[in-house]
Amino acid sequence: MIWLAWRQFRAAAAAMFAALAALAAVLAFTGRGLADDYAAGIAACTVRGGGCSAYVQQFFHAHQVPFFALTAIMLVLPALIGLFWGAPLITRELEAGTHRLVWNQSITRTRWLAVRLGLTGLAALAAAGLGSLAVTWWSGPVDQAAAGNHPGFPRMGPLLFDARGVVPLGYAAFAFVLGVAVGMLVRRTLPAMAVTLAVFAAVQAAVPLLVRPHLDTPVHAAPAIAETDVEDLLFPRGGGSLHLVVKPRVPGDPAAWVLSSRIVDASGEEVSGGISVSTSSGPCAPPEHREQAERRGAAPCFAELERLGYRHRLVYHPSDRFWTFQWIETGGYAALTLGLAGFCLWWVRRRLS
Amino acid sequence: MTAVLRAEGLGKRYGKRWALRDCTLDIPAGHVVGLVGPNGAGKTTLLSLACGQLTPSAGSVEVLGGRAGEGPAQLARVGFVAQDTPTYAGLSVAEHLKLGARLNPRWDDALARERVERLGLDPARRAGRLSGGQRAQLALTLGLAKRPELLLLDEPVAALDPLARREFLQSLMEAAVEHELSVVLSSHLVSDVERTCDHLVVLVDSRVQVAGEVEELLATHHRLTGPRRDPRRLPADQHVVSASHTDRQSTFIVRTDAPIHDPAWTVSRPGLEDLVLAYLDRRPETGRWPVLEVER
Repeated sequence: MIWLAWRQFRAAAAAMFAALAALAAVLAFTGRGLADDYAAGIAACTVRGGGCSAYVQQFFHAHQVPFFALTAIMLVLPALIGLFWGAPLITRELEAGTHRLVWNQSITRTRWLAVRLGLTGLAALAAAGLGSLAVTWWSGPVDQAAAGNHPGFPRMGPLLFDARGVVPLGYAAFAFVLGVAVGMLVRRTLPAMAVTLAVFAAVQAAVPLLVRPHLDTPVHAAPAIAETDVEDLLFPRGGGSLHLVVKPRVPGDPAAWVLSSRIVDASGEEVSGGISVSTSSGPCAPPEHREQAERRGAAPCFAELERLGYRHRLVYHPSDRFWTFQWIETGGYAALTLGLAGFCLWWVRRRLS
Repeated sequence: MTAVLRAEGLGKRYGKRWALRDCTLDIPAGHVVGLVGPNGAGKTTLLSLACGQLTPSAGSVEVLGGRAGEGPAQLARVGFVAQDTPTYAGLSVAEHLKLGARLNPRWDDALARERVERLGLDPARRAGRLSGGQRAQLALTLGLAKRPELLLLDEPVAALDPLARREFLQSLMEAAVEHELSVVLSSHLVSDVERTCDHLVVLVDSRVQVAGEVEELLATHHRLTGPRRDPRRLPADQHVVSASHTDRQSTFIVRTDAPIHDPAWTVSRPGLEDLVLAYLDRRPETGRWPVLEVER
């Protein structure tokens, strides 16, 4: 049976693994130089002093096209597996009528399906594993730069988390079995592919929004507003409240996944609109002229804000939870996959004819 | 004589529609059995139930003394060539034989190779590029080389031209004799059955109308033509299968074991086709025909 399963699958497998091997080869070829460049650049700007944020920005912008392309590939790969390996697995047999041939050989259809699910499922894991390994390794330095960039793309965040580490394996296995199950119920290839895509996309969107934030209790913190975290600061001329926007970033942990980022006042209430601080005189008054602005900076104003009790309230998952979350989520998908596979085996025996 | 196929109250329902309902029949071993009936009589459903492709909604079906489709051992004993003889379009003839060899413990590789060679099938050719007749022969080869005790064929020749049809049935008969197979072959064409089968089952609306050996059926059915007469006035041992009347004349097809002595009748032997048609025409619900204007 393994021979037949392989014979029916080998063309699709060859196409997928040829493409992945080519991608992995390119990444392996360029990845080492990329990592060396980044390390050298960071070392240089550390020696020079004055922080590395400019270099990080520049490095990220130089590599953002392949970075986003690779991330997109990893996000789409499980869907492709579900659409082109999963959905047609049964429907193609039903449409060609060949299930009536193969189900009358001396092998139960449960075993027939188990072998086909097993072989293609393992290939799906291998494909996602190979892809994720190559992309995760290659993107390492760019991921670091992306976290430091603004807008930041932290590794814990919804975009990169799904495309790095072991989670793609879970997604791929789940998408594959989902495709098979949908194919069994829908019984025609094209509608099955459409339904598989819709369901998988919904899951892919729902998990980071609704499930992942609750995998662990998020950390609540309220550090003082740091000048380095300010995205936008506007001193209104002629009085009025101070306009201040902070970056949603955790000081000291740029790769953390920030769920909420707000400015709160001394009583803990969220500040909406502007901050009520004197802007006609005092430390938060707009600088009179350029030299004064350069000499003084905005530091006195932030000291004043801290004195008045304004803080940056953050709710986030720190970046050191990355692997914990990865394994929890992969485990969840593994359970879903096994459940769906069990359903498929039951259905092929009892209900499908 | 043991039964290769025994159904009791067998039914299969799709939603509210019954594809086969309350079917009871008994097919003896060692025959090439023709299962004849109009489209929609439930032939395909019956054969699919017998090979375990479908599970019954009601009743039971027993094949070679075992439950249909139960486990690999039972699957190995029953061969099935499905309607339109499906094969994998992308696989070559040789790969189909390999498939058979891998999936069947009793696979007879020599038989398969010899048949493919005799049929002139190119082993390297993909099944999708074979003609309909060649594909049917390939499917039959798979069914035969599995070495089943019972081979079920569901309208295997429906899509074939007359020549391919004859060749297919010919090779089926040879194989049945050579391997002492029991064969059940469904068709809606009596001519196919007449050429091949020695036992006949006529199925209309899931009901067996008549079953028996072809020779015996032919010997016991008579066509009576004579002056118009009410069929109820025929002797009790003459079972009227069909009746047709003109103003002056009546024609009956009757089944009886006794010779017919009534001199009023011109007696002839109906062919198998006429015989089957007579049964197909019968009102399935009552087994009778409306009396019409007979008593005017």
